[in-house]
This record gives sequence, structure tokens and C-alpha cells, in this order.
Amino acid sequence: MMKKKYFINANIIDPHNNISEIGGLIIGEDGKIEGVGKKVNKNNIPSREKVIDLKENYIFPGIVDMRVFVGEPGYEYKENFRTLSNAALSGGVTSVVTMPNTDPIIDNVSIVDFLKRRGRDKSKINIFPTASLTKGTEGTNMTEFGLLQSKGIIAFTDGIRTIQNTRVMSRIMNSAKDLGSLIMQHAEDQELAENGMINDGIISTKLGLQGIPEIAELIIIERDLTLLEEYNCRYHISQISSGKAVEIIKDRKDKVRFSCGVSINNLSLNENDIGDFRTFLKLSPPLRTEDDRLSLVQGLNDGTIDVIVSDHKPEDEEQKRLTFAQAATGATGIETLLSLSLELYHNGSVKLEKIIAALTSNPAKILKINKGNLSVGNDADFCIVDINKPWIVKQENLVSKSKNTSIENKRLQGKVTNTYVKGQELYNI
Amino acid sequence: MATKTKAIKISQKHLLGIQDLSINDVNLILKEAEKFIELNKSKNKKLDLLKGKTQINLFFEPSTRTQSSFELAGKRLGADVMSMNITNSAIKKGETLIDTAMTLNAMHPDIIVIRHQDSGACNLLSQKVNCAVLNAGDGRREHPTQALLDALTILNRKKKIQGLKVAICGDILHSRVARSNIYLLNMLGAEVNIVAPSNLLPKDIEKFGVNIFSNMKKGVKDCDIVMMLRLQNERMSSSFLSSNREYYEYYGLTQDKLEYAKSDSIIMHPGPMNRGIEIDTKLADDTNMSVVKEQVELGVAIRMACLKIFCE
Repeated sequence: MMKKKYFINANIIDPHNNISEIGGLIIGEDGKIEGVGKKVNKNNIPSREKVIDLKENYIFPGIVDMRVFVGEPGYEYKENFRTLSNAALSGGVTSVVTMPNTDPIIDNVSIVDFLKRRGRDKSKINIFPTASLTKGTEGTNMTEFGLLQSKGIIAFTDGIRTIQNTRVMSRIMNSAKDLGSLIMQHAEDQELAENGMINDGIISTKLGLQGIPEIAELIIIERDLTLLEEYNCRYHISQISSGKAVEIIKDRKDKVRFSCGVSINNLSLNENDIGDFRTFLKLSPPLRTEDDRLSLVQGLNDGTIDVIVSDHKPEDEEQKRLTFAQAATGATGIETLLSLSLELYHNGSVKLEKIIAALTSNPAKILKINKGNLSVGNDADFCIVDINKPWIVKQENLVSKSKNTSIENKRLQGKVTNTYVKGQELYNI
Repeated sequence: MATKTKAIKISQKHLLGIQDLSINDVNLILKEAEKFIELNKSKNKKLDLLKGKTQINLFFEPSTRTQSSFELAGKRLGADVMSMNITNSAIKKGETLIDTAMTLNAMHPDIIVIRHQDSGACNLLSQKVNCAVLNAGDGRREHPTQALLDALTILNRKKKIQGLKVAICGDILHSRVARSNIYLLNMLGAEVNIVAPSNLLPKDIEKFGVNIFSNMKKGVKDCDIVMMLRLQNERMSSSFLSSNREYYEYYGLTQDKLEYAKSDSIIMHPGPMNRGIEIDTKLADDTNMSVVKEQVELGVAIRMACLKIFCE
């Protein structure tokens, strides 16, 4: 049993409980939260207890990252549960939703047992695995949502692939409605996006790279939201990339219930950052124009977008030291997710509470998990953040097994100094 | 003749694309090339300007004219030229471009000429080797020596480029030749018309300062130069066009469409030609109008100039 812990004089932000104030946090011997907020201060803590004064540094609930790729099973050389959880902890992330695009693909009950066991034994953070929507992510036969759910699968997605067939999608939604399953769609028409590498526009024309038109995203979103009116299930769009998608979603949210995410890459970068064929910025969905980025920021501000994800996709160097066409898609980002998100706060684009909600309480609510909050009685999963601390992203300092960051050499402001899971300090700077 | 002019130097270490060149660079290359035109017609074509230098041709895509043109250019300048046969090389065994680059770099070449099916392959190579890299075509991005030889051909015939009207017609989407020519002709003061079906236009091409036409007669009207592009069927995975027959009807260069261009207009084509698809076979062979053979001839001179300049 661990010792009781007292933190005082912290800037506490807990969107779930509407807390944004200077106060304290008490962690019980069982690793649960016993007290939180302004009522916790030096005066009501027994004087013989050791108290940690955080000097107005921030406490946020542990981040819930809804889109993370882990290499286990099949691609352990890119990332395993141990390296993933170390990377996550260094970024204040205490819960992750893992994608099913492993080898083999997570599409049946027997592999889930293995996954849960590995996640439990090797990982220090909370792992919430998804399974694929269709067998082998082939888009034709749906997986056993009910049985998989009962084994602990939190949601269903084909991860990097989209359900292309409308009939299959309608049946998936209809089943999900019966079983209360959460469907997460990677919204990209695969025919329109075929062989595409970056945003379809002047940059793709200049670089001579096949473009991915924004319409590829819009057409799937429009289709799915139309289906959703008929087959009302729990539906989440994994990530969007264009200003037009923000418009459509904003318009449809009045009519039907669903949620939507965005990758921190699309909130922070645009297609110009690809520069001279930088393969680490080959992403899906692709980085689009600065206008698109600004619309996404606005969408986050007005609540059109619910969640920010890292879209953490580890790829070893061999898969990136190739021509742009041959290089793998994706970038790591779990350990920089919070710091890069804080850029939006520091430059005055988004309120801090809103950013933290998109990283904690909002994903938890969509997933229906009791995480991402500092409620009394809950596991003490949280991070302490020096919100002004400047640092520079360097590949060699990254914890993740793969070093394919999209923001090498970027100057960031704000760094996680300590991360706690179930009341235990598992990371400090 | 003792005018003291300061020797102008090329601004780039590599020739990756027209995009990177200044107008001084272009003029330097064109001037240098002009000197080789006569040499290439003479009996003794051999110089020793690049004696002792090693040139490696690295062609990942099949090519007849560009590869032989570069090979001949190097040999006429006295360089030791090695052409890598990719089909037999380690690349077929799974070696990556970077590893190949490292291997070749260890042999201390002075210049590497690369043709690759992926856009940006030459950029990647140039970051990994110590010698100069000449782009002989990368994906659909650039083919700088083709644009330069086209400019030299136009100069040879029209004595100027400034103020000329040029129509570039056909498969713009997949064409590196079109992109390089748009940059270069714009730089040299020509007015560029792009003529293509909408399915073969890359996104936002109008932002490159060109006029777009889907009607060929309107597009070639009053043009001094009609530049035809090859329809790149091998790069088309899905339905861009209904048929070659229909394409020829609307976008193939035929006498009736050519009537709209200036009466002294010339026809260009980077080759290889699809006769009866993008160009009428009689027009292709009409030596009064078609300068296709001249393009090939001047191509050697341009490549000699580039090899000489970038080897220095």
C-alpha cells in the first residue's frame, strides 16, 4: 500500500467537473482521488503530512488518446506495449485506444485475449483496444461486435481503412445500434484517394505527387451521416482534415448525434510543411491548406470537433528513408500531443479548458469510460505540467521506439513534468 | 576580343528542376549548348573537357532517347560513362535508393544522372551523395533537360522566346515535361496555353500563370509553337478517357486544328510519339513544321552543356 499524497497550490483543470482553479489534490493509499479543488489547501491538511507545493503548475486529468497504433502483435520492432506506455507517460497520456491494424488484425475473440494479456502485463497505462469493423479490414464481412465487446473491445474501426461499400456500412450501423457498439470511421473514399499522398492542390501539382482531394473525405462523411439518420448508432469520425468537413459536421450536428476528432498534426501543420519531400509529413488524412487548418481550429473552438488525437503511428526509419511514393504513411506523436496542443493556447487560438476537454473528458464521454477526470473516488490518473517550459523536439530524445515525428526541431512551450497512474508516479522529468 | 566579362557561375550544385534555376543559370546553359551544336555536326566530335571525370547514368525507368543522349554527351566530352542496368542490379534485389546512392557514392563519381518513376527521387539522391546530380526525369515532377532542349530548339528556329505564344497540349497531369516547360517558358517570357481534357489537368495548374483550354482549336489559336505531349497510358490506372479514338478526335493534332495556329508555327514533341493518338502521322513527319528530330539533335548539346557546367 502506498502513502497518501497531498498536492497543493496547483492550477487544476478538470473539464468533466467544471473545475478550473487554484487548489489541491489528495491521493489515497489505494491510489484513488480523495479530494480535489480549491477546498484542498494547506489549512485543511494535517500539519505532520508531507505536502507537495506545485507553485501554480498545472494538474490535468490523464490524457485519453483515441487514436494510437501499437506494433503488437506483428510489428514489435516499431512499437510494443512497453515502449508505447513509456512514450505515453512522458506526454501525460494515461489511457490509449489502440487501432486494430496489427498483424494479425484484431478481428476475432481469440486474439483479443492475447492483446488484453499483453496490454496488462507490459503496459503501465490503460489500454483500450479496438477491433476491426470487418474481417481483415477488407470491408466486406463484419466482425462479432457483441462477442468482442464482451471480451473488452471498446470500439470498432478499420483504422487506416474506410468501409467503402454502402450496404456493408448500413448493416454495420444497424448492428451497432442493437449492440450499443461505438463505430469509428476513417473517412476517406478509397477510390477517390487511390495512390494519393498529399493534399490535392498546387503543392501536389508542383511536387508531382498524386493528390488526395478533400472530396474523398466529404463524400464518406455525407454518406455516413445520411445513413446515421436511418440507423442511429454510436458513430464517431476518427479525424477530419478540411474546412468543408467542419462545415458539414457543424450543420449535421443539429440533426443527428455523433462525434468527431482531429489529429494534432492537422491542427498544427499545413501542406507547406512538406517542403522538399519530407516523408515524415506523409499523413492520412493529409495535411491541407492553411485555410483548412484555421477552420479546424475554429471547429475545435465552437465545439464542432470534440476530440484531439495524436494519430500516433510508429514507423521505423527504413520505411521513411525512401522516395515519397514508397514511404510509409504516418507520424509518431503521443509524447508531443499535449505540448503541441498547448501551442494553440499560447498563441491565443483556443482556450486552455477547451483543449484539455478535447484531450480528456470528451474522449472519455464518447468511449463511455470513467477516465479523463479528477472525480473523487476515481483512479488518480493525472499529469503535472509546467505550461511555460520551453523545449525542442529532437528525435534522439524521443521515448517511442520509432522516431518518425512530424515536428522534428520544433520549439514547443509546455512540458509534462510528472505523470501518475492509479496514484503512482510513473514518469518524472 | 579581350572584353573582360566576369565568368557567370551556375547557382545550383545539382540540376533537379527548372524551378530551382535563375534566368542567369538558364542563359548560361543555353549559351554553352550553342557552342556544341556545330561540334556535334563536325567530323571529330570528341573533346576532353571532362577527361578523367566519371559519369554514372542511373535509369530506373525505361528510356531510349534521354539515356542515349546523356551517354553520348558524356562520351563526347571525354568522361568515363557508366550506365547502370537496373534490371540486373541490387535494386531489383530490394536495395533502397539511398543504399544504392551510398554504394555509388563510395566510387567517387563526379556526376550522377538519374531517371526515376517517383517524383522527388533525384532530390533524395542529391541529399545523400557528394557529387552533382542531374535529373533526367522524376515521376511527374520535372524533366529539366527536356525543357532546356525545347527552349534551345525554339531559339534556333524563332530566334527568340520572349513574346511567343506556346500551346502545350495533351496529358498534362502525368507530364514532367509539361511542368518543366511551363516554368521555363514563363521565365523566358513566352505566353503559355495549356490544352487538355479536364481529366488530364493537375489541380490548381492555372495558378502557374498559364491559360487553360479544353477546346484545342481555341487553345492553339495564333500560337507560334504547338507542343504535343505523349499520352501516358502506362500511368493511367483508371478511366481518364473513353478511348484513344475519341481523344484523337478532340485532342490529336490534325491539319484542321493546326489551321488555327500561326501559319509559320512549328510542332514539337518530346517523344516517343503515339502516332494516330496525339498526332497525325503526316504532321509528325512534315519536316517544314515538325522539329522533332531537331529536338533530339539539340538534346545532346544541352546535355553536354549541363554535364560540363555541373561537373565544374
